[in-house]
Amino acid sequence: MKNVKRTYEQDMEGDGIHSLQKVIEPRRNEGSCTVKYFLIGVSVLFLFIMLFLPLMVVAANALKEGWRVYKENVLDEYTVKALKLTLLAAVTAVTINTVFGIFASFLLSKYNFRGRQLLASLIDLPFSISPVIAGLVFILTFGNIGWMGGFLKANHIKIVFAVPGVLLGTIFVTLPFVFRELFPVMNAAGKDEEEAAALMGAGGFTIFRKITFPHIKWALLYGMVLCTARAMGEFGAVSVISGHLRGKTNTLPLQVEILYNEFNTTAAFSVSSILVILAVLILIVKSFVERKRK
Amino acid sequence: MEQQIVKVKNNRGIKVIPGFGISMFVTLGMLGCFVLVPLASLFLSVDALSFWEFREIVTSRQAVSGYAVSLSCAFLAAMINAVFGMLLAWVLVRYEFPGKRLMDGLIELPFALPTSVAGISLTYLYSDQGWIGGLAAKMGIKIAYTRIGITIAMVFVGIPFVVRAVQPVLEKLDRQYEEAAVMLGAGRIYIFFRVILPEVFPALLAGFGLAFARGIGEYGSVVFIAGNIPYKTQIAPLLIMMKLEQYKYADAAAIALVLLILSFLLMLAINSIQIYMQRFYKS
Repeated sequence: MKNVKRTYEQDMEGDGIHSLQKVIEPRRNEGSCTVKYFLIGVSVLFLFIMLFLPLMVVAANALKEGWRVYKENVLDEYTVKALKLTLLAAVTAVTINTVFGIFASFLLSKYNFRGRQLLASLIDLPFSISPVIAGLVFILTFGNIGWMGGFLKANHIKIVFAVPGVLLGTIFVTLPFVFRELFPVMNAAGKDEEEAAALMGAGGFTIFRKITFPHIKWALLYGMVLCTARAMGEFGAVSVISGHLRGKTNTLPLQVEILYNEFNTTAAFSVSSILVILAVLILIVKSFVERKRK
Repeated sequence: MEQQIVKVKNNRGIKVIPGFGISMFVTLGMLGCFVLVPLASLFLSVDALSFWEFREIVTSRQAVSGYAVSLSCAFLAAMINAVFGMLLAWVLVRYEFPGKRLMDGLIELPFALPTSVAGISLTYLYSDQGWIGGLAAKMGIKIAYTRIGITIAMVFVGIPFVVRAVQPVLEKLDRQYEEAAVMLGAGRIYIFFRVILPEVFPALLAGFGLAFARGIGEYGSVVFIAGNIPYKTQIAPLLIMMKLEQYKYADAAAIALVLLILSFLLMLAINSIQIYMQRFYKS
């Protein structure tokens, strides 16, 4: 009969199959069950109250007066125009910031020059500036009282309180997004591969296309998704620059504000629901891209 | 052979990879055009004011209360986010449970949702007829149109910052220190505060700083729930907006400049603490 009871000496010695390591292997499960469920419970409750309830508020209020009123609000002429402007702003901002992001991260990761650190911090500026201040500086530059105001007025170019202003404001606040995603990836990849290719005679664009780009594909897409989300959701800066001209310089987030301030709550929440749906779609695309990155 | 290839020029080596010129041109050009030149206008506008005018505007009772409300509420909100962000990151990294992926994806909602939508939803939710505000009203607590409401709105926009800053650090944390601590007989709470938290602290601090900065500058989600009661719930960005609507551009620029300087000093302080802690732990 096998001697199942093991002595201390046997444990310490081990016999090739059972060893002490297995006996004291740390538990895969963190801690006791009560603590675990308590912590999970608190987190779920926190997220439920802070994130999920506001979404429910939008849904409940949007449909408060019934499905037909909801459709009316969503398909309202001004809302559709606002949607178009929002999409235009998002597309413009993403395009320009992608170009900027690629050049800037390439510049900062593949070359060594004085002022690299300073340039990197400057690029991060829009990220830490209040959106209202962002709108303010555009008015101070391109508005009638701005130093460029005279020049613009003489040439009948309208920037502030017009569509170009909205686009500029959106570009400003979203500028760092693509860069922030690309730079760590390019920096980690280093210069060696590109330098080798250059020494073997490849031209600039070929180097970028064949060597740099494959590294950054998914980071680029991820940055573009983040940029889109931010561009569509931008409110503060655009609120200052746009002048709230309904049908002309209103984006969807601004339209929500106008409707709410008119006490047209149902309409405000109906328009908000469009933005919520867009936000959820973006989140889904984002998790998809995130998983592909790993 | 190496000496032939790497000629030292400007102490930085010649640029082997082609494209330096155009990269620099595009980067500086776009940065200058979209960011630097507009920002310079801020300084130009403030420059137009005399020093006494400037001082009068930024130290006026309204302006000071604006900074105070923004700074205090943002600080409190960032602290709340630090605690709950740490908790959320812990739960997402260390535990498995149904719905975890959904939770993980939902964290970034404040980034994706426009601030005005968040603002009106939060206002409705916490107003006296709202789902939570109604409950609070029965207990005599008013949330909307008070600083509590402002703080809650700032917590909302700051949730992703701490969670996403701490998560990667927790994921990469080497478990051997914890296991050593367990074997040496430490209790779980002791291990958390003495082994795990110090490792995670720099990331936590960075997330806190980002959430704080965001709270100070936040406009859209806060402006609806704040109610704009002078000297009580006027946040600084709203004050700037008001000055703009009154066409007092110089005033707005002055207040904006002070706010920028405050945020900048804040980030500097947080970065210095981080660098100091790194040196402390390295030795």
